[in-house]
Amino acid sequence: MKPPKFDYFAPDSIESALTLIAEHGDDARYLAGGQSLVPMMNFRVAAPSALIDLNGIATLRGIKVDKNSRLHIGAMTRTREIEMDSTIASANPLLHAAAPHIAHIQIRNRGTIGGSLAHADPAAEMPGIVLACNAEINSIGPAGPRSIAAGDFFEGIYSTALQDGEMITEIVFPPWPAARCWAFQEISRREGDFAMIGIAAWFDLNETGEISAASLTAIGAGDTPLRLPAAEEILSGQPPGDVLFAEAAQAAVNELDPGSDLHASAEYRREVGGVLVERALKTALQREAPGYTA
Amino acid sequence: MTTSSPYIGASVKRLEDRRFLTGTGRYIDDVKLPDMAVMAIYRSPHAHARINSIDLAAARAVPGVIDAFCAADIDMDLPVIPLRLAPFDGFERFLQRPIAQDKVRFVGEPVAVVIASDRYIAEDALDLIEVDFAPLPAVTSVDQAASGETLIHEDAGENMGTRYTVGRGDTDDAFSDAPYTRRERFTTNRHGAVPMETRGLIAEFDPDAPLLRLYGATKVNFFNRRHLAAAFDLPEEAVELIETDVGGGFGARGELYPEDYLVPIASRRNGRPVKWIEDRRENLTATNHSRDIVCDLEIATSNDGKILGMRATVQGDMGAYVRTNGGVVASKAAQFLPGPYRVPSFSCDVQFLITNKTPVGTFRGPGRFEANFCRERLLDMVAADLNIDPAELRLRNLMEPAELPYRIGELVPGDVNATFDRGNYPSALNQLLDEVGYADWKDRQGEIIDGRAHGLGIACFIESSAAGPPETARVTVAPDGNIEIRTGASSVGQGTETGLAQICADYLAIDIDRINVLHGSTTLVPTGGGTFHSRNTVMAGNAVRMAAEALRTRSIELAALRWNTDAGGLEYRDGAVHRGDDPGSILSLAELAAFARSRGPDEALAADAAFDNEGKLSYSYGAHAALVAVDVATGVIEVKKYVLTEEIGRALNPAMVQGQAVGGLVQGLGGTFLDHMIYDEDGQLLTGSFADYLLPTSTELPEITAIALEESPSEFNPMGFKGAGEGGIVAVAAAVGNAVVHALNAHGIQINDLPITPNRLRAALRATGT
Ligand SMILES: Cc1cc2nc3c(=O)[nH]c(=O)nc-3n(C[C@H](O)[C@H](O)[C@H](O)COP(=O)(O)OP(=O)(O)OC[C@H]3O[C@@H](n4cnc5c(N)ncnc54)[C@H](O)[C@@H]3O)c2cc1C
Repeated sequence: MKPPKFDYFAPDSIESALTLIAEHGDDARYLAGGQSLVPMMNFRVAAPSALIDLNGIATLRGIKVDKNSRLHIGAMTRTREIEMDSTIASANPLLHAAAPHIAHIQIRNRGTIGGSLAHADPAAEMPGIVLACNAEINSIGPAGPRSIAAGDFFEGIYSTALQDGEMITEIVFPPWPAARCWAFQEISRREGDFAMIGIAAWFDLNETGEISAASLTAIGAGDTPLRLPAAEEILSGQPPGDVLFAEAAQAAVNELDPGSDLHASAEYRREVGGVLVERALKTALQREAPGYTA
Repeated sequence: MTTSSPYIGASVKRLEDRRFLTGTGRYIDDVKLPDMAVMAIYRSPHAHARINSIDLAAARAVPGVIDAFCAADIDMDLPVIPLRLAPFDGFERFLQRPIAQDKVRFVGEPVAVVIASDRYIAEDALDLIEVDFAPLPAVTSVDQAASGETLIHEDAGENMGTRYTVGRGDTDDAFSDAPYTRRERFTTNRHGAVPMETRGLIAEFDPDAPLLRLYGATKVNFFNRRHLAAAFDLPEEAVELIETDVGGGFGARGELYPEDYLVPIASRRNGRPVKWIEDRRENLTATNHSRDIVCDLEIATSNDGKILGMRATVQGDMGAYVRTNGGVVASKAAQFLPGPYRVPSFSCDVQFLITNKTPVGTFRGPGRFEANFCRERLLDMVAADLNIDPAELRLRNLMEPAELPYRIGELVPGDVNATFDRGNYPSALNQLLDEVGYADWKDRQGEIIDGRAHGLGIACFIESSAAGPPETARVTVAPDGNIEIRTGASSVGQGTETGLAQICADYLAIDIDRINVLHGSTTLVPTGGGTFHSRNTVMAGNAVRMAAEALRTRSIELAALRWNTDAGGLEYRDGAVHRGDDPGSILSLAELAAFARSRGPDEALAADAAFDNEGKLSYSYGAHAALVAVDVATGVIEVKKYVLTEEIGRALNPAMVQGQAVGGLVQGLGGTFLDHMIYDEDGQLLTGSFADYLLPTSTELPEITAIALEESPSEFNPMGFKGAGEGGIVAVAAAVGNAVVHALNAHGIQINDLPITPNRLRAALRATGT
């Protein structure tokens, strides 16, 4: 469990990182928290010829809310910072609540949101949350900067829309209405393990009490994080309630088509996916209760 | 004893913890010798394949590579790894040699070896080794093995390592007339010890001296020395096994493995020290697995639940070779199936099947964990069928004190004298029931609290300890008054240094801080028994007691010489010899040690002892209770509370006893819910890293109450000790399995297979329409 030889560079700016990755070609990789990449190197599943370490690039870190109430998180922001940050607690409580489900504190102290998105594990929390929130992933590469909608970003297991040498710079979350109902639920073998199945849910209510917008996202249920459009459709325009939530859960069960692995069968994932949809929606609705604090 | 005993029975802080907690322990990887090279092993990627050819040329050409070799390059007869325990007839056909010759039989079997200046280079070279394998069909289940369609060791002509029947009483009779019988199949999951520190070895081999010094040894060093000496054709004195700190053994560490031969061979070939550290990926395929049995168990009872008989078939999956632990796992599972109950007739067909998986060996509570799961699950089914409370059923069948000692019969071939010693099994169960509030819970099984179904399960156990050869100790007083204990027993992190120091301090009536304990290495004492079967406190503890007693006698003799008086008038007290006729006159141990030294170079204030229990074993026993909450819709189980009682004769150090119980129990929760070596049909291990092989962590801990009982001291050693290292693990799956079934009694599911996972539980519930 030792990696093969590689070159190592620690640039202090995005520009020099881009130059380095261009110089070292296809086999060079960016290094963020190293919590996925380094184990893969130790198992010799990944064998990059060069690592371009992003940890020294200050402009890739940070959390801020812009004047349009959009939340910006630098790609190199640690998941532990996301978990501990009070701005995020109000600017995107769903993201804030999902972060502690990632691994253990030691790993969250190193692992980054950008690394998690680029790694694109289908059971990972951050990809699910950016998809649930319709976030945008800003990147820069040989072809210049661009912005990729979360819905277009995840292409398959460990596979994204990023081109060779392209780097995630920040993630931008749309404004989060203060009254939004939301919940995050997952089932894993042990605390800190990747989810066997997880559900991120949120919905907004209009003045007359109907659901005006809804988002349901599953992680661990396919090759990428997945929105559940049929279940979302059932919620849309309806007043929330147990019967509606049960219908949405059934729709989710019908549209989920997960795989099996050592830890859970497809049947388990589909069935428990429905259970979590129902529970998440109920929890989300309870949050609306006056005086509720997350 | 004439003195008080401030240490024995007290929760003395562990002497070894200062170095462990301050990072100054010395583990095998901390040992660095001049000019040392490192070794890495090319392991079979196939479960079963013929080796057509091995090409090491490219590996040898890597800069920094010192040597590369395979079986054909080794200029000695390859020895077989010996059978240390349960060496049943037939096993001799399935022994392993240190490196594959013309066939590989499991994923992880050593095929070739690289020696390099560092591990990175060594692994680069491994990538360049080319082996032409002709894959063969893999045998991955006991049924497949029994069919004999694919032979793993062709010369043996079968895959049955051995097979025998044991029993007592007449089961045919008991079953033919029985008003009630039930038969079930149980399986226990292949898993392993997986200590935090993996194995590691450093060999220094100087054939001219001759000297083979092997660091990283532990557990049974004197046995291992004997066999290594024979393998390398050396006199025993030329082989030194050196023990470092060890980060956990649990049965798996310190056995002879292929690497114990390959590292010395590598050192001898290259004339320099060679180090090999097992990485975690190797650890999960190369170190013994355990627990893998299938058990068909049938019980016959009277209408009021009195056991009339049990009959069983136990099939042990041995993996590809029979290694040092021989048939321990399945044979002990069979022997402990009747447990602490009155089972007048019992018979068991025991089969040891060879498969294309990692070889098995012992793991904390070998066979007991498995047997308890099968029997205690079945007893709960009996209780439900006959409408008897599970605790009541057990109390009706537990042997009473008046029935003990009880000769259990020859339930392991050759073990004709096995006898449960005195004890009070119902007392241990009753105290458990009180502590866990059973009276309150028994009518609330299945109750839904906060959306989850709750259940309480109980299980009883009995288990043996302190088998094996005598143990040795030498106690020496230095002229500065400090005391050194040397013992042939090993420490694998369990607190042996502290326990032995406690005994010595009390028997010499001195401060424990003056004592230093050295253990394990073959250079310390002429011989020793080693560390397994929860035997250190019993065996090494009593050896230290005897050595300390002898040292008191020796002190008096020396004082008599020094004072030129009659020994009869002298008394040993408070760490010194006192003169009866002159109350002010005393000679301290330090003074006596200096005096001894002054009498000649071979004189010392020291004493040796060996303790031999002559094979008379004491049995620890007790009961476990688990309270679980089950989320029916997701299959997620939380163990909310866990209580166990364990009769251990006498607690040398209650805090350490507690640590053993809690540690064992947590490890047992792993075996119940998580730990699982899963193979696919090609014999590939799918759980080859900690991403998929799941160990319990601190987040899985329930509220635990572990009660050590001291009601029934062992009669076989004067201090009354029984083993206390395995009672915490052996009944966990049994109690938890019962608890989950009770929680789900509304759904009528059974748990016959381990591990219990959310996925499996949901599958069972789904099948009932839940
Ligand atoms: C024991 C353990 C348990 C874990 N459990 C979980 C869990 O439950 N849930 C979960 O989500 N994750 C889990 N992880 C993974 C962890 O969250 C990783 O840290 C994360 O997935 C990757 O982030 P990183 O910063 O460590 O990236 P790295 O490992 O450094 O990189 C991962 C990949 O992303 C690329 N990359 C990194 N940053 C960028 C960037 N800015 N632009 C373009 N490419 C980039 C790298 O080149 C590499 O290919 C676990 C990890 C461990 C070790």
